[in-house]
This record gives sequence, C-alpha cells and structure tokens, in this order.
Amino acid sequence: MEEIPVSYYLVLSAILFACGVTGFLIKRNIITIFMSIELMLNGVNLSFVAFAARWHNLSGQVFVFFVMVVAAAEAAVGLAIIIAVFRTRETLNIDQVNLLKL
Amino acid sequence: MNENLHLWIIPLLPLAGATINGLLGKRFSRGLVATVALTFCGAAFAMALWVVTFSGVSLPHVDPSLTTWMRSGDFKVDYSFALDQLSVVMLMVVTGVGFLIHIYSVGYMWEEGGFYRFFSYLNLFMFFMLTLVLASNYLLMFIGWEGVGLASYLLIGFFFTRDSAAAAGKKAFIVNRIGDFGFLIALFLMIQHFGSLDFAKVFDAVKPYAAETSGAGFLTAIALLLMVGACGKSAQIPLYVWLPDAMEGPTPVSALIHAATMVTAGVYMVARSHVIFERAPSAMMVVAIIGTLTAFFAATIGIAQTDIKKVLAYSTVSQLGYMFMACGVGAFSAGIFHLMTHAFFKGLLFLAAGSVIHAVGGEQDMRKMGGLWKKIPWTWITMLIATCAIAGIPGLSGFFSKDEILWRAYQASWAYWIVGVVTAFMTSFYMFRLMFMTFAGEYRGAAGSSHGHEEHAGHGTHLGRDAAGEAPAPHAPAPHGHGHGGVHESPWVMLGPLVVLAVLSVVGGWVGIPGSLGGSNHFDKFLGPVFRSSTPAVNAEHAQAGEAVPPEQTTEGEEPKTGHSTEIMFTIISVVAGLLGLGLAWLLYSAKPDLPDRIADSLHALYTAVANKYWVDEMYATIFVKPLIGISTLVFWRGVDQTVIDGTLNGGAAGARELSDEVRHMQSGNLRSYAGWVAIGAACVLAYMVWVGTR
Repeated sequence: MEEIPVSYYLVLSAILFACGVTGFLIKRNIITIFMSIELMLNGVNLSFVAFAARWHNLSGQVFVFFVMVVAAAEAAVGLAIIIAVFRTRETLNIDQVNLLKL
Repeated sequence: MNENLHLWIIPLLPLAGATINGLLGKRFSRGLVATVALTFCGAAFAMALWVVTFSGVSLPHVDPSLTTWMRSGDFKVDYSFALDQLSVVMLMVVTGVGFLIHIYSVGYMWEEGGFYRFFSYLNLFMFFMLTLVLASNYLLMFIGWEGVGLASYLLIGFFFTRDSAAAAGKKAFIVNRIGDFGFLIALFLMIQHFGSLDFAKVFDAVKPYAAETSGAGFLTAIALLLMVGACGKSAQIPLYVWLPDAMEGPTPVSALIHAATMVTAGVYMVARSHVIFERAPSAMMVVAIIGTLTAFFAATIGIAQTDIKKVLAYSTVSQLGYMFMACGVGAFSAGIFHLMTHAFFKGLLFLAAGSVIHAVGGEQDMRKMGGLWKKIPWTWITMLIATCAIAGIPGLSGFFSKDEILWRAYQASWAYWIVGVVTAFMTSFYMFRLMFMTFAGEYRGAAGSSHGHEEHAGHGTHLGRDAAGEAPAPHAPAPHGHGHGGVHESPWVMLGPLVVLAVLSVVGGWVGIPGSLGGSNHFDKFLGPVFRSSTPAVNAEHAQAGEAVPPEQTTEGEEPKTGHSTEIMFTIISVVAGLLGLGLAWLLYSAKPDLPDRIADSLHALYTAVANKYWVDEMYATIFVKPLIGISTLVFWRGVDQTVIDGTLNGGAAGARELSDEVRHMQSGNLRSYAGWVAIGAACVLAYMVWVGTR
C-alpha cells in the first residue's frame, strides 16, 4: 500500500492553521473566534500526529492527547465566560466587549 | 634606619583645618575661625619642627608607604612621604612663613567678608604645598603641584565680585595649565623609560647614564619638559604673565603663595630633579638663560610700575629668575638658599606692603603715598630691612644668597654674571624707589579717608572700578573699615609677623656665609648630601669636590683654584651695584623729585614700553588668546558643538520622535490588531526560515 507523503498532512495542517488565524483576526463574534482557536490547535495536532506516524514515535501522539485535554478544559471555561459575557452585555461582538468593567 | 615618622600627618593637619572651616566656618565667630586655622597650621609647624630637630631622624628618610595608590603591571605609585635635607628646608620655610602669614592674615582680613572662606583656602593651600614638598614620588608631588594651583586660583579670585579678580584667577590657572602640560608629559616619559615615578627609583635609574653632552636625548627632553612646568608655576618667561595679575588677591595671599612658597615650587622641582638636569647640559643652559632673562626683564618692568604690589610682583618674578639662574649653572644649593632668604624678605615685603595699604585705606598707588615713615614706623623699619635684604646690602640675608648665585653664575659664564649684576642694580633701584615714594617726602594722598580705590585696590568686596581716578565717588562705603582716623599703624597681630620676618631677613643669610667672607657656608654643606651624591659619570673625578657642575667649572669645595680675593672682588662689585641703585633712587625720588618725569619724557618710547610691560599681555592676547577664542567660537562652538554634536543629538531626537509618531499607531489597544502583528511577525520568521532552508 502506498503511503501518503507527510507533506500532504503538513500542507493540510498549514491550511487549517491559516484558516484559524484568519478567522481569529477578521471575525467579530466571540464564538467564532473561539472556534478559530480550536481550529488552530487542531491544525497543529494534525502535524503532530503526521510526524508521529512518519517517525514511528509515540511522543507526538501523547502530545496531541495533552493538547486535546487542554483544549477541552479551555472550551469548558471559555464557553462559561462567553455565556457570562452575553448575560451581562447582551452582545457577542468583540469590539463592544473591550472593557473588563461594566 | 627606617622608623615611621608619620610625615603624612603634617599635610593632613592643615587639611583638617580647611575642612572644619570650610564646612562649619560659616556659623563660627571670626575668633573661632581664626583659632581653628591657626591651631592646625601651627600644629603642622610644630610637628615639622619636631621632626626636624628632636626626632633624631637620619636624612634622607623615607616613611613606609601609607598605601598603594595605583598599580598597573610593574608600575606602582604609593602614597608615601619622604624627607631629605632639601625637603627639610622647604618644609621649614613653608610651615614657618606660612604660619606667620596666617597670624598676619587674622589682622588683615578681620574686616573682610568671607573670613572663614579665606582661612579655609589658606589651610587648603598649606595642605597641598606640604604634600608637594614631602612627596616621595613625582605623582604625589604633582597632586600637590596642581592643588596649590587650585588654592592659588581660589585665593586670587577671593574678591570674586570684582571682575578683574575673577579674570586674574582664571588667567593664573590657565597659564599654569600650560606648564602642567609639560610636567605631565615629562612624567609620562619617565614612566616609559624608568617604569616608576618614585624619586629614589627614577634617580637610581638615571645615575648610570652619562651626561648628554653630544646631542640631546630623552633626559634632555624630560628636563626641558620639567622646566616648562617650572616656568608655569614659578612665573618664568614666557609664562610669567599670570603672577603680576595675581596681585588681585588679598595681600597675605600674595605674600604666602605668590612670593614665599608656591611660586618657588618650580625651583624646588628643578632642584629635586637635579639628577636628571645634570645629565642634560643643554637643558641646564636653557634653565640658566631663561632664569637670567627673566631676572633682567622683570626687573626692567618693575622700575616703571606705580602700584606698590605690582612692583613687588615683578620683583618676585625677577628674584625667581635668579633662582633658576643658579639652578641652571648647577648651583642648586645656592638657588635653594636664595629661595629661603627670598621667602623671608619677600614675604616680609608683601606683608609690609599690606600694612601700608591697610594704613592708607586701601590705596595701592605709590604716587598717592609718601611721608608715611613717621606715621607707621614699625612697618617702615621692617620694610626697610627687607628692602636692604633684597638689594643686597652686606650682612643681610639677600646679600649672601644673591652673592653666591652671582659668584656661581660667573664661574659658568661671565654673561650671566653681567646680567645678574645689572639686575641687582635695578632691583636695588626699584626697591628703594618704592621705599622713597612710599615713606619719604610728603603725604600725597587725600587725608584721612578711604577715597575711591583704584581698580587694583587690594581690599574691599565692592566693585571699586567706577571710583577709580579722580571720580568724586561718594565715599565708597569702606567695606573694610579702613577709613577710620586717617593713616594709622596696623595692629600688633599684623606687626608681630613683620618683626619676626624682619629678624629672619637679617639672620637668615648667616647660615650660608661663604668661605671667602670667613664663614663656612653651612647651608651648602647641609644640602650637600642631596646634591653631591649624583655627579654624572663624565666628571666623576669632581664628584668628591663639590656639587655636580660641568667639568670646567669649579665649586665651593675647590676654593683655592680661584682664590678668595677674586670672590671678594665680585662681592664688592655687586654691593656697589646695589648701593648705586640706592643712590640713584635717592637722587631721583627724594633729592630731585621732578627728575623722573623729565627722564620719562625724554625717553618717552622706552618709558611707555616699560610702563606698559612691553605689551606682552597685549601680544599674548593677539597671538594666542584672540585666535584661540576666534577658532573656538567659529570651529568648535558654532562648527563642532552646535552643528555636529547638537545636530546629531537633536537630529536623533527629532528622528526618533517622527518615527515613533508613526509606529505608535501599532499600539492601538485593539487586541486583534496585536494578534495581527503577532501573525505577521510569525509569518516573517517562517518566511525567513523557509528562505534559509531552501538556500
């Protein structure tokens, strides 16, 4: 069976990461920005696993688990914050949420 | 024997006095300030006396080094003090005369403002002067050398509200700096060649060298550069111009610094370095010629001065010229002998002049004095003694020292001797002219008032210039209270030092009565170990004969070669020259008082030249000062400073502001724009890495 070259994975990873960055920069909605961050994390995860498979080295895989755990924790906390923000300000436009104090 | 005498305490005592008075003196009463100053200065004198007479020290003596000051490789400079016969003489002169002048100053400065400041400076001067004298290496000596220059500057400009005083202080400092430059280069040359600045080490290193009779080597260079330094400090041609201006300072300062001690530092330094000078005959010749010319030149200027202190100032320059003449012909001990006697009689002359000025209420113009001898008899008598001493009247101190110099100069070359004798004649003339104008005849000043001072008025912190001449100034508020009750004798606190110095001016020369006059020249023998131990190899056969002099010359020790009768003949000639000067002064300024004006008229051009000091100041102003100021203004100030330095800095600042005006927009506070910059930065790094990787 012919293996898919690692560069394919890397290009895909880069595309995913770039999408994440672009979304992070241009979107106003907090939820969307949050999702863009997840996208960047997963783009990086992809390159980790790609290299782990290529070099038959498990540390890449292990690293991905850690990233996922952190991302899950972050999602839990982040979503809680977003809900709290929405409750107080009734908006999710990031440009209007530029003050910590009400 | 190397016991520790703690010589360092001697200079430190006056420093303590200076510190106490300088920091706290403002709150002290005048009496307390004077007590502090006198106590510490007197303590230094007492300790010096103890060291010299009772401690039983064997000279030369070097105290253990206090601490190492600097060390660089093999080169090492210590804080260490030493004592030999030469320093003993200087030490006694400086502390003794210095102490007397301190006492005198209490009376003289009592009414002046800045009393504590004056004594603080005076003590500071003593500290530096003693450091200079006691130092055991050139660098420590240089500290004292610079320090006395500083003290001199501070004291010349003591009446700093007067522009002329401030300018005179600056002039003295700057002219001295030229000399110090030469001194410094000489020190560097010594470090280069001998790797040390310690007197003993340098001289030991020099001793193997033969005299540089053919051509000039580095010893000549060192000697000449040292002489440049000495010229600045001791007011020799061409750097003498600062000393007459230095008379702006209070009169005790003129006596202490500009007559008795500081200005002789150059002579001391040359004598101290005699080992080097003896091996550089051409440098010795330069020293002798400079000394002779200065002696003559300054004496001619002294003849036409009308300011009592200016006469004494030029006289000092002239007498210093004698000392250098002596050093230049190898008669170092004669030079030091004259240094000592000069300290006595010239210190006395200045103090007496101060007493005169005090008596007539701040007037310094001799044309407005006259007939004072009845009114201030003590001042008159003491000043007469000093004048006789400087004029070389037999039996007084100046007679012996000057006579010895002239005799030794004759042995080197008859030219030095002729100029020396003519100068002795002029010295006698202008000194007795001063005496006649001041003390004889009728009083020519306005009676009983301290009328408008001339520009050079020695006292007063007020700006007395507008009151100069005949201007009917409304009785300038006599700031020193000298206006009371007309001409009056000074208080005893001032007369006491005068009397002591007068006694010293008489007996001071008796330590050096030459063999030809039945004495045995103790002074020369006392200094012998310093000056005789180092004869250059060339005339080693003369080494035991006396001082190191070029081989064809004889010395005191080889008396029979020329015989006493010749020496006595020369003595008589110089005495006659002195008496002629006295007679001429009497003729012109006492017997026929209208004659000087007629002579001045008939020799108009010469008189004008002399009265204007040969326009040397103006010449220096045209040749050096104005071009320097012009170049500095145009090139260094407008050009380099304003254009290049200011331009660079201001341009840099303006550029930074322009740039940051643009760049600060990056910091908008908008979080996403920051993220954008991060992304761009990351992209740049990536691009760079890719570019490096694919290359």
